[in-house]
Amino acid sequence: MAQLTMVKALNLALAEAMRENPNVLVLGQDVGQDEGVFRVTEGLLQEFGPNRCIDTPLAEAAIVGGGVGLAFTGFLPVCELQFDGFSFQAFHQVENHVRRFRNRTRGRYTCPLVIRMPYGGGIRAVEHHSEAPEATYAHLAGLKVVIPSGPRNARALLRAAIYDPDPVIFFEPKAVYRAFREEVPDEPETMPIGKGVVARPGKDVTLITYGAMLRVALDAAEELADDHNVDAEVLDLLSVSPLDGELINESVRRTGRAVVVHEAPRHCGVGAEIVARIVEGSLLYLEAPVKRVTGYDTIIPYFQNELTYLPDPARVVAAALETVRF
Amino acid sequence: MPREPIKLPQRVESLSVLAADGRIDADLEPALDPADLRRLYRTMLASRRLDERALALQRQGRLGTYGPSRGQEAASLGVAYALGKDDWLVPTFRETAGLLWRGWPMQTWLLYWGGFEAGNVPPAGVHDLPIAVPIASQCQYGMGVAWGCKLRGEGRVCATFCGDGGTSEGDFHEALNFAGVYNLPLVTVIQNNHWAISIPRSRQTASQTLAQKALAYGMDGVQVDGNDILAMIVATREAVEKARTGGGPTLIEAVTYRMSMHTTADDPKKYRTEDEVKAWEPRDPLLRFRAYLHKKGLLDESTAGALDAEIAAEIDQAVRQYEQYRQDPAEFLRHMYAELTPELQAQQAELQAYLERKHAPTPAPVP
Repeated sequence: MAQLTMVKALNLALAEAMRENPNVLVLGQDVGQDEGVFRVTEGLLQEFGPNRCIDTPLAEAAIVGGGVGLAFTGFLPVCELQFDGFSFQAFHQVENHVRRFRNRTRGRYTCPLVIRMPYGGGIRAVEHHSEAPEATYAHLAGLKVVIPSGPRNARALLRAAIYDPDPVIFFEPKAVYRAFREEVPDEPETMPIGKGVVARPGKDVTLITYGAMLRVALDAAEELADDHNVDAEVLDLLSVSPLDGELINESVRRTGRAVVVHEAPRHCGVGAEIVARIVEGSLLYLEAPVKRVTGYDTIIPYFQNELTYLPDPARVVAAALETVRF
Repeated sequence: MPREPIKLPQRVESLSVLAADGRIDADLEPALDPADLRRLYRTMLASRRLDERALALQRQGRLGTYGPSRGQEAASLGVAYALGKDDWLVPTFRETAGLLWRGWPMQTWLLYWGGFEAGNVPPAGVHDLPIAVPIASQCQYGMGVAWGCKLRGEGRVCATFCGDGGTSEGDFHEALNFAGVYNLPLVTVIQNNHWAISIPRSRQTASQTLAQKALAYGMDGVQVDGNDILAMIVATREAVEKARTGGGPTLIEAVTYRMSMHTTADDPKKYRTEDEVKAWEPRDPLLRFRAYLHKKGLLDESTAGALDAEIAAEIDQAVRQYEQYRQDPAEFLRHMYAELTPELQAQQAELQAYLERKHAPTPAPVP
């Protein structure tokens, strides 16, 4: 067991997969000599050489489209896009090819690649470096969309993503990258994609979240317990596609109340799908309307004001109390 | 300090072997096996006839919107011929001739244009990719395939097609740029058919040629008479050989002409003159190849007649197979993931129940 940050844990997942499977490649701009702008690919060039940890020219669509072709020749490419906001430069490759090949060739050609990118706000970055585009990708059938919340699940899920037979968009919350350390087992560990976990059991209200917002929700749950005698359950979804509807409904049926928390904008956000699942699955168990605490339907403000935009524990507590007092 | 021209190590050439009037450059003429020449002619003719039949089927409402390949057969076929069996071909949607040569059945081609995903599935043993509809985006995964070939070190090569319109897309440039940087075994073939729907080649780029774009990516470019199958074979063979032996990528501009419409959904009379089309007719790749084979004594009237009949029967058979093809209407749900997600499983059950209701016999009216 080692105490690792998420950056180190992701690095461990890449290194161990590259060690055990010669088909695993890492490619992207600055992943080699510079070891990634967040150092996730530290040491990989040195250990695996330039044919497996590949520094590319600056072209997101070619990193992803090249990855598609590499996958056709039997490789398991892990493509790094430098920031969420730049992923749209490759979006047409993802939409037109990555997600479609299995379906359009009835399984003859597949794209078992991983597209990793730093995700979300909260690190005082320049514009185009703080977006939360998960709903855009979750809407594309054929993809899986994973968002870990801490070092241990990041390592386990990246491992699962690399060996998944289908393409995975892997969002790494920047605000968590170096925020804390966690025990990460020495032995390779994996977690199923599409399954969430109960991060904190409770009985009064269910807080449903993922990514960097998990810590916000957990802090809110502490405050609810300490100051308001409300026992909140917190769900960490880990994947937004597939979405663990079973976990959500099982919890909401017990608590009768739900608050969805995410940093992405509200309109057509993942929260809308979560609420729809609750309405479809647990309407008659609800004691109060479901609340959403999310980013606003705007562009995320520049960093001087980004904390106004990002959900914080106070907003979550207020929403949870509204449902409890309804 | 002086001002002087920059000398580039790469070259841009033009190449033509068999002129439209039948004259041939004996030094450049490739020594091809007569049996191969006959097979190439047969494939070109089959492609032309299949294309004509597909157009007719579309007009009769028996096929969907169709993009004809008339006039572009030599460019496609010459490249396919120059590739080895284990090499990769990444086509656009006018590669009928090339794909027939590579072993794609006629009915598969019809299935695609007839609206069935089964039209994207190559037969066992053929590992070409299916056609691509979004423009030039295939250049990127073609480059990726070449990258994989290089990393595997098995001496395989990838040939990717795109059109003159495709050269305006960012994907074309990004793919060529990567191919140059990594010295990939990639042959990129531009089917310059002069028209991207209604936009002429002159409005795609201010470049004098498309071949010269190679220079910007540090590779050789060659502008080939794309209606001259011999020139296409010579140019592609050289490029494939170079790629296979570590010499890196090549850009081939095949100068050809789209003799027909973009697809059956447009009328070319709206944007180009009949005179322009007529001027290209004598340069038809099929006529040229036929004249060449006649001259060489490899084709006479009686064999040509027998070929016509054989091909017509083959197409009839393919049309029958295509029209008899049946698809499970729920099949489209099955292939989204290796293992269906719980949500898709639920949607599959929902669709199945709907289909059963839809096809259930109508209950007798209550008296």
